[in-house]
Amino acid sequence: MRFLFKTDYNQDIRIAKHSGYYWSYGVLLLLVLAAPLLLDSYYIGQMTQLYIVAIAGLGLMLLAGYTGLVSLGHAAFFGIGAYTEAVLTGAGLQLPFMEEPLVFSFVVAMPLAAIFAGIAGVVIGIPVLRLTGIYLAIATFAFAIVIEEVMSRWESVTNGYTGLLVDSIYIGDIDFSSGEPFYFLCLGLLILVILFSINLLRSPTGRAMMAIRDSEISAQSMGVNLARVKTTAFGISAGITGLAGALFAHKLGFLSPESFTVLQSLEFLVLVVVGGIGSIHGAIFGAMFVLALPQALAIAKDYVPPEIGEMPGIEPFIFGLILVLVIIFEPYGIYGRWLKVKHYFQMFPIYKKATFKRQKAYMKSERLK
Amino acid sequence: MSLFKAENLAINFGGVKAVDGVNFEINKGECFTIIGPNGAGKTTIFNLISRIYDSTEGTMTFDGQDITRLPPHAIASLGIARTFQNIELFEHATVLQNLLVGRHCHSKTGLFSELMFLPSVRKAEIAHREKVEEVIDFLDLQHYRESLIMNLPYGVRKVVELGRALCTEPRLILLDEPSSGLNVEETQDMSFWIDDIKKDLGITVLMVEHDMGLVSEVSDQVLVLNYGRMLAHGSPQEVQRNPEVIKAYLGE
Repeated sequence: MRFLFKTDYNQDIRIAKHSGYYWSYGVLLLLVLAAPLLLDSYYIGQMTQLYIVAIAGLGLMLLAGYTGLVSLGHAAFFGIGAYTEAVLTGAGLQLPFMEEPLVFSFVVAMPLAAIFAGIAGVVIGIPVLRLTGIYLAIATFAFAIVIEEVMSRWESVTNGYTGLLVDSIYIGDIDFSSGEPFYFLCLGLLILVILFSINLLRSPTGRAMMAIRDSEISAQSMGVNLARVKTTAFGISAGITGLAGALFAHKLGFLSPESFTVLQSLEFLVLVVVGGIGSIHGAIFGAMFVLALPQALAIAKDYVPPEIGEMPGIEPFIFGLILVLVIIFEPYGIYGRWLKVKHYFQMFPIYKKATFKRQKAYMKSERLK
Repeated sequence: MSLFKAENLAINFGGVKAVDGVNFEINKGECFTIIGPNGAGKTTIFNLISRIYDSTEGTMTFDGQDITRLPPHAIASLGIARTFQNIELFEHATVLQNLLVGRHCHSKTGLFSELMFLPSVRKAEIAHREKVEEVIDFLDLQHYRESLIMNLPYGVRKVVELGRALCTEPRLILLDEPSSGLNVEETQDMSFWIDDIKKDLGITVLMVEHDMGLVSEVSDQVLVLNYGRMLAHGSPQEVQRNPEVIKAYLGE
């Protein structure tokens, strides 16, 4: 067990709380940097996919896990990011007054895709600000359906269900849309997004977000401008998810509205809940889970009778089942379980189960709504 | 000199007149207490002052400024802080984080610099932390700094909530039943703290309270409400002797 003696306020602000962080995260960083040397291209592709989903998951985590606003429409922002990227780097931006379409390098197009998705987030954020809980989920759900419809009908831009080819992206001669360069691009952006999230969460805006999650009424009385912080959270969350979408466009190489359905939104939500709501680690663990589960199911199919294995809809069913089980038995998800395991070894042999026993809230206050 | 003034304050919920034509004036540096039977409109007055409710009639003035129609989040930066009757802390956060949220109305850092965590943000954070530590010292909360609120007992939560209000560096603090749910010893502590808040920190206190021992110990003026109307007003002793008040509390 490690005891921290604090002698400086910076110690509470620092990202690495003690020297152990440098070791564990240093080794992790080395491993992911060396991965292209150690693994073959299939696994590199899978890890790239993991980073992309983790970025999107982090976006939703900031909103659902830290601000307490549940969105069922994040596939829309994911899609907006993907299509913006594909159009800006492919056909280019064509405004009525322009002679020739303006084609961007991905270095510019990716931030633009994130910003554009962020703006969409703010625009949807403003009207739905007054909603909470299930009503907010319904409103974002509706928004996602609208966007899905736009993606399939606005054929002059998105090519509808015919699909849109995504061009490869280059710096010099290096193709950044496949293989190792793409792996490092996604890894770099994931690390950047994690750092941004940590920074946000240790500064006043992040604390205001958590305050809103736990008690809007007292957050307001402490001077938190609810409308502003919620819109900010919505914008940042949508922007990060849009950035993931931009990367996803290159991962797929071919965009069609089918990639951004409501099921995708649900998958993000499963990611956040199963990974561990209210933690950055949770977004990464959750991304591993949503990517590994379909593969695990495909392998498991060979070992169960075909009547069960080949049943249509068995996969969403198992997703849903796991979601329900996690909410009931491990509300803080994989990360919560990980903390318990860690605690067990730190306290060995005097670990008590009751340490993590969920407290019943005896004093549910009158919420002034 | 008056710091806060409510004139002809009224609010209706449908046909219910929760607060009806209430006038009072709080002088700088005093402790003003509102008492009354349940449902008399005491907390409603607090919610009117912190602008959670819109008053139907009347005006409120704080330090010469009309606050009747200010947005709720603007109240804290003016220098009015409050606590809640049924503790409204941020349960999934530590005591330290809760107190730091109390500093929110003083934070001026922009979103961009926060995302980058520029040196200016770090400097501001440390300045906030120093203020928070003063409050932690004042209320003897050192031991609980890193504990999550949801693991703390009721009595400590009550103190943390008081601390969070103090972190906003208020000039007027609204305490909604500071002693409810506390044992005799904790109530004693609370009355010392209220006295210290008034005398050492020079903060004006507006309080809703049922414990008459605490009320007569710390308050300078007492206002009695019944059914949203003013029943009596004066020093604690005067009010306790008032036959109207005795009638409202005990019946005839």
